[in-house]
Amino acid sequence: MKPRTLMRHIKESFKSIGRNSWMTFASVSAVTVTLLLVGVFVLIMMNLNKVADDLENDVEIKVFVSLDASEETVTSLESQISEMSGVESTNFSTKEEELTDLVLDFGDELSLFEQSNPLFDVFYVKATDPQQTKNVAKEISALENIENVKYGEGKIEKLFNFLNAGRNVGLILILALLFTAMFLISNTIRITIVARRREIEIMKLVGATNWFVRIPFILEGMWLGIMGSLIPIGLVALLYKEITDFAQPRLSGELIQLLDYTPFIYQVSALILLMGVFIGVWGSFMSIRKFLRV
Amino acid sequence: MIQMKNVYKKYPNGIVALNGLNVEIEQGEFVYIVGPSGAGKSTFIKMMYREERPSSGQMFVDEIDIATIKNRKVPMLRRQIGVVFQDFKLLTKLNVYENVAFALEVIEEKPADIKRRVMEVLDLVGLKHKAKMFPTELSGGEQQRVSIARSIVNMPKVMIADEPTGNLDPETAWDIMDLFERINKAGTTIIMATHNQQIVNTLRHRVIAIEGGLIVRDVVGGDYGYEA
Ligand SMILES: Nc1ncnc2c1ncn2[C@@H]1O[C@H](COP(=O)(O)OP(=O)(O)O)[C@@H](O)[C@H]1O
Ligand SMILES: [Mg+2]
Repeated sequence: MKPRTLMRHIKESFKSIGRNSWMTFASVSAVTVTLLLVGVFVLIMMNLNKVADDLENDVEIKVFVSLDASEETVTSLESQISEMSGVESTNFSTKEEELTDLVLDFGDELSLFEQSNPLFDVFYVKATDPQQTKNVAKEISALENIENVKYGEGKIEKLFNFLNAGRNVGLILILALLFTAMFLISNTIRITIVARRREIEIMKLVGATNWFVRIPFILEGMWLGIMGSLIPIGLVALLYKEITDFAQPRLSGELIQLLDYTPFIYQVSALILLMGVFIGVWGSFMSIRKFLRV
Repeated sequence: MIQMKNVYKKYPNGIVALNGLNVEIEQGEFVYIVGPSGAGKSTFIKMMYREERPSSGQMFVDEIDIATIKNRKVPMLRRQIGVVFQDFKLLTKLNVYENVAFALEVIEEKPADIKRRVMEVLDLVGLKHKAKMFPTELSGGEQQRVSIARSIVNMPKVMIADEPTGNLDPETAWDIMDLFERINKAGTTIIMATHNQQIVNTLRHRVIAIEGGLIVRDVVGGDYGYEA
């Protein structure tokens, strides 16, 4: 496209935005609300994902060895487990060591068990891929001379269920808002198309190409989308700045960390802007297809 | 220039507007399309710039197949054809110059060429001195001259007019016909649907009469053939 033509299209699209100021306001507001929600949702979900990852990395499988296992059996078990695919590390802890730990944690009352220790020898196993923890645990429990296998005590499952539920609710809400915003934009564009039907008719009559006729409307939709993304980008950037400034010093050295401000906030901003453009362009396409028939 | 073979047009509502037309029109001809209201004249005209498609039959305009032309090729067809209507179809927010220039701007002609061509055609239609005026400030005849200027500014091979004098008083109508004659003399094919008996009988050209979607008469230099 020639620069002169592009300038003409841009001028036309701006004219329409000025002309329908009320519809412009309504559709930009709808985009703003939608994208604000998208932004906050992305902040929360991405950080929860990060937290889940952090927590998962800490999940160990606890393998209880049968009481009647001999020392050789324990040695062979250790090599069997550590040679399994998907196992990152194994750590053996005798029942005496286990008791010492318990006494350290819960106090001397437990030291009376030193006479007849009721605990088991234990392997602490870590999976290479935290998501595979469950499968690794299952595989280990199929081995001989294993009394019991425990891991995470359902903690990961709970977190994942929570994450999935949150994600689904958020996505449905965002989808509904997305359609509202698109609908409002498509209505705005329809008004422009109707206001300019004479011009369009003549353009087509004298042989303007279909793209020449469409582009000003696509641009108008795009501007609406972009205008609707400005406030969300600003607010989300500010909000996350506050959150990271508050939380990061307090979380230093902890297992759980928030995502760093940059480059995360650039990615979120780009996502909001792209979604704005997408909503706008898609909205105007809906009207162009229906009312322009080119 | 234009060939139609058994062209048949049925509108979605079931009305058969054209019921098997066979016509051949040569480059440079001047053709009147006459016939009663509802005969199919406008449908015939719309077919030529692919506003409507034939339901069956073959039709070529400047060797472009109207029955099968792709939507995205239609603009190229329309650049070969100037169209004029009874109601002028001018843009009221643009002045005379801008209305004519519009036709070249939207097909992305060079600005220098646009200026030159627009001034040339405004001179031809006798409205150079009113270039800055707006359509509402012009008489009907002047408005029609602007619309004619717009239709020929791209130097089309064919000019199609659907009752171009229908809204004009008889005297103004003659001015418009004078303009058409000059455009035709310069080599442009003209096809004009009309109800104006006096014009058809005075400025003799080929007359194609349509009734009920059929060509009932096709005579070079014929008369109007209906009572006014
Ligand atoms: N877009 C349309 N949809 C349905 N029927 C139409 C349409 N245009 C014209 N017709 C019908 O087709 C017939 C021919 O119309 P038209 O070509 O406009 O005739 P004319 O111009 O000779 O008066 C008429 O019966 C008219 O009602
Ligand atoms: Mg008609």
